Order: sequence, then C-alpha cells, then structure tokens
Amino acid sequence: MSKTENRVNPWDADTARDIIEKLKSMPGALLPILNRLQDEFGYIAKETIPILAEELNVSLAEVQGTISFYHGYRDKAPGEHIIRICRAESCQANNSKDLIEHTKDKLGIDFAETSSDNKYTLEPVYCLGNCACGPSIEIDKKLYGRMTPDKFDDLLEDINKGGKK
Amino acid sequence: MKIYIPHDSSSIALGAEGLVTEIKTLMPEAEIYRNGSRGLYWLEPMIEIEDGDQRIAFGPVEKKDIPALLNKEDWQSLDCHLGPVNEIPELKKQTRLTFKNCGKIDALSIENYKFMALKKSVGQSSEQIIEEIKKSGLRGRGGAAFPTGVKWETVSNAALPTGHKWNTVYQAPAGQKYIVCNADEGDSGSFADRMIMEGDPYSLIEGMIIAGIAVGATQGYIYLRSEYPNTQKILQHAVDNAYESNYLGKTDKYSFELEIRMGAESYICGEETALLESLEGKRGMVRYRPPLPAIEGLFGKPTVVNNVLTLASVPFIISEGAEKYAELGEGRSKGTLPIQLSGNIKYPGLYELPFGLTLRELIYDIGGGTASGKPFKALQAGGPLGAYLPEEELDTPITYEDLADIDAMLGHGGIVVFDETVNMSEQARFAMEFCSIESCGKCTPCRIGSVRGVEVIDKITSGIEIDMNLDLLQELCDTMLAGSLCGLGGMAPYPVISALKYFPKDFGLSQQQVAA
Repeated sequence: MSKTENRVNPWDADTARDIIEKLKSMPGALLPILNRLQDEFGYIAKETIPILAEELNVSLAEVQGTISFYHGYRDKAPGEHIIRICRAESCQANNSKDLIEHTKDKLGIDFAETSSDNKYTLEPVYCLGNCACGPSIEIDKKLYGRMTPDKFDDLLEDINKGGKK
Repeated sequence: MKIYIPHDSSSIALGAEGLVTEIKTLMPEAEIYRNGSRGLYWLEPMIEIEDGDQRIAFGPVEKKDIPALLNKEDWQSLDCHLGPVNEIPELKKQTRLTFKNCGKIDALSIENYKFMALKKSVGQSSEQIIEEIKKSGLRGRGGAAFPTGVKWETVSNAALPTGHKWNTVYQAPAGQKYIVCNADEGDSGSFADRMIMEGDPYSLIEGMIIAGIAVGATQGYIYLRSEYPNTQKILQHAVDNAYESNYLGKTDKYSFELEIRMGAESYICGEETALLESLEGKRGMVRYRPPLPAIEGLFGKPTVVNNVLTLASVPFIISEGAEKYAELGEGRSKGTLPIQLSGNIKYPGLYELPFGLTLRELIYDIGGGTASGKPFKALQAGGPLGAYLPEEELDTPITYEDLADIDAMLGHGGIVVFDETVNMSEQARFAMEFCSIESCGKCTPCRIGSVRGVEVIDKITSGIEIDMNLDLLQELCDTMLAGSLCGLGGMAPYPVISALKYFPKDFGLSQQQVAA
C-alpha cells in the first residue's frame, strides 16, 4: 500500500472553508461536508465547528451534536496508519478475539488510542462486510481477510518497510 | 484470453489485485474483466477463463498459480482448477433471480446491461407497474418484510387530498417525492447488498428508476455505509456511466436524478427513519411513526425507502413477470431469499434459494458443517439482533413465518454459525453492549436498558444474587421489547433471551434456574 493513499493534510482553515463553500448548497449538506473534511484532514478539527455553524446557519450545538453522534468522526488527528479490526459476530465466530488481543499487544495500544510515536491508531469497527472471509481487518482503508496474528505481523512489517502490496 | 477477476471487496481482501497485476505482467494482451463474486467465498479469489462457450473456474488462486493458469495445457496440473463454473455443485443447486447476473457479467459494462425492464416500464402506467410488484409478492428484503407494492402504492397516492380515491401518480398534485435506497448494510453476517452493488450495480439503478417512474419520484438517494469504500468506488462509476448513457437525468420519457450519500459508521442509520434524519444531515435519531416515511419521509416528502435487494429484484419481476417470481417460495414468503452464510462454516457464501429449506440442510448439506470441524453449537439468524438457535431447532424451515414462530427472524438473510468453543453468555453480553454503543438515545428502554443489561448479565455470570438478577434481566428484556421506539432496543433482547433459554450452562446456571 502506498503511503500517499492514506495521507491526510494538516488542518487548515482556508481549505476547510473551500470545502464547506463548495458543498453547502446540497440538501442535507452537513454529512457530505463532514465526510469530505475527514477525508482531507483525517479528523474533524474543533476549529471547524463555528465555521460550519455559520455557513449552514445552524447552532454550534447542532453541529457538535451531529459530529459526536457518528462513530466515524475523529476529534483528533489519527496516527500515520489507521488499523481497524472487526468486532462483530461473524468474525467472533472465527476467533477474532485472539487477533484483537494480539494486535493490541503488538501495537501497545487499546482501541481508540494512538501509539506514542504517532505511528498507529487502532479502532474497532462493527462489520466490514467481509463476513464470509473473516476475521477481517482494515489497514489504511485497505481490507484484509482470513487474518491471523502471524499474517498481521507480516502486514505490519510491510507497512513499516514503506510498503509494497 | 478473456479472464474474469472479481473486484468484490472480499476477493480484493484476499489478494485479487495482486493477481491482476501478475496477469498483466505475464500476458499484457489478456482481456481482463472485473465481475462481482459468485458468492462461493471459500474459493475466492476465484478466476474464470473463457474457453469456447463456457467459463472455466479456478480458486482459490494464488500468485504462483498464474503462469499455469495462462496456459491451457497446464490447467489440469493446478489444484485450484475447478472445471466449468456452471457445473460447480454449490452454484448449480441455487435458484438465482436477484443474483442471476452477479459474478457472471462485467459489472460496469453498461453496453452489456440492456435495461430491458426499464424499457418495458416506460411504456406502462404507474398502476400497471405497482400492480405487477404487488402480484409478485415481493417483500422488503431489509428485514421487516413489508410488501413492497403496498409501500409504493402509498407513496404514489401520497399527498392526495384526504378522502380522495385517486389511484395514479399522474393525477397526484405535483411535489417532490423521493426514492431512497437503504444500503446501510450494518448487520454482521450480511453482505448480499454489497455483492449486488459491486457485481450488478445497474440492476439496483434500474430498480430505483422504475420505482421512481411508478410513484412519481424524480430524485433518488443511495445511502451507503462508509465501511464499504470499494463499493462506493464501483457504484459511483456505475452512476456516472448511467448518466452518460442517459438512463439517469432528464430523458424524453422520464426524469430521475440519483446520488450516492455516505454514512459515518452508525448502525442505527440502517433503521429507515434514522437513515432519513442522517440524509438530512442530522444526528441519526429514530423518528416516531406515524407519519410513515411513505407519507412524510425525506425532507417531509413522500418517500419510498427500500433495501438494495428489494430494488434489485424489481427488474426481474418487471421483465420476467410477477407470476414467475411468485411461483417460487412458500405461503407468504414468495420468491427466493439470498441467504448469506458465514462465521465458523466450511463453505461460507451467498446462496440464493427458494424459501422453505431447513436450517439443518443449510448448515450441513450446503455449508458443509463447521470450518473448525468441531461440533456445531449455535447459529445467529438475522443479524446482531436475531436469536441464537441451538441444534434442536435446526429442523425449522427458513421462512419468515416459521422463524417467527420460534422467536427468531430472517432479517436480511444473514446466518452466522458458531462451533462449540463459543461461550453464549459472552454473546448475550455482546448483544447488549452493541445495543448500548449503537443506541441513538431517543428512548429510555434502549438507551439505559442496554447499559443495565450488560451489568445484569455480568452479575449473573459472576454468581451475584442470581435469582434476583435473572428476574431483573427478564423484566428488563420485557421492557425493551415492548417499550422501545424501534427495532434496535426492541430486538436486542432476542439474542439475550435465546442464549439464556438454550444455553443456561454458559451462564453458570441450570435449566431449572432459568425456567423458574
């Protein structure tokens, strides 16, 4: 996986305003805007909230309330690589528990944490739709099936090498 | 050489892209087509090569197999050589209607997709289309199984003055109506929607346009979950192609705009009213019903909300006729059901079958038993809010009604199998935990009940005041079942109650304690 695929840009007010300006006339614009902002910056910066409220003519509370409702929006910048593991039933049936424990140990972080070197963020996810080929894991938006602790270690090594695959 | 390699998310997750690169390197002149998956997931990545008038399948293919794969003389030497794809027994046994194209066609080729049903619908009246859908007996495939034709008729007639018996959309006062496709396939163990969107995206688009013509809606939205980025890419490509070929947008016969909207990881947004709130750019809070979305839906306008499979079944019904669809199935469970079999199972995949097969036939005859080879212990049908069923219930036929009789459900058709290593008290706890994480928070039974549910289960499994806590759990489940606003709180008790009923030992309890 190429590093550029997952790269996000540091938060910047002008870019944020551009994005909002471009999308704000859509019906029900807030989610499309938030999705686009997160694609750009990797998270929804606090600084964006007043801009959104002003541009969409809604209250700060409505914007904040919408952001906090969805599990998909981060409130701080993630690490260089985002690793997500499926916690749902079909993967459980294929022993995802061991994979989750292994990953947490290996990275030295729990769910929703970023490693101190800012390299990895670990997140739970409830179903990646890969149920017939679980356990499933997603690294930098790329899906991997039939995952095992050993295969995970190999993948991690690939990423650290700057990544082929 | 014509080679089909699925761009299905699961095939890619198992290395399909690496195989494409390898083939391009070794045989640059090969014609590579990207199809959906056939749904035989234990064989993915599965490659098909055209050989005369048939296609020869190989799977699961590894990179090292590619040189032999590209040379017909070497095929017999390959372990992954499966023979003609149509002769694969697991595929031959199926009755494919909704999935008849999935895996077969070059998914994004709009030239090959003829839009036959749409061409037929354009010459029909609104009533004719709706009548055909009603006659077919098609019921919503999202889980609630509501008759699709009735829903369409309601939207078609919506916004008429009270008491007026106009029946057609042409006579209805002008005003915006919407077709919303629920593609927020959040249930664990469900992947049929994803497969259709990746393998036969135009069938969904065609179904939505026909729905639009039938009810007089000119705007459609596909609400797609953000966990499906590969699906988004493929579907967007399909929508762009459909615009270019003038199936979408303004045509001389009809007008229909279609947009894909992405969710943001919220299970509850698969509930139709929460989905509509989310589409409006708000928190995905469940709405009170009535008013039904068919009367006051998106932005307060009459809205059809249908699941992907429901809409993708429409082209078959229109082009082949309602009778052909209705002659399959049993009783009120008409047509076929795309069953998604996963979890600890030898042959996981998508099986489109007429209703009426028993769970036992599904698990053993079709699924081959557990993948681990250890004894079967339980299955969960219908997603994370469906009941867990033990061995002794396996003779139940798979129909909406038969499963409802044992407090289980079919839902979206996902069935997850567990072997004996599963601890059912952990699964029960997970059901409550999941509900607490995903609750929208609008109603108390769900918001607070799920949190308390986790605590009470923990107390029971730790042996603290067992009798009192069992009573408490029962009361809590009753409250959630009866008092929740939507299916999340209203069904989360099913996995809990069933786990307790069938597997008391896993909670450290005896049968008598649970029965008391």
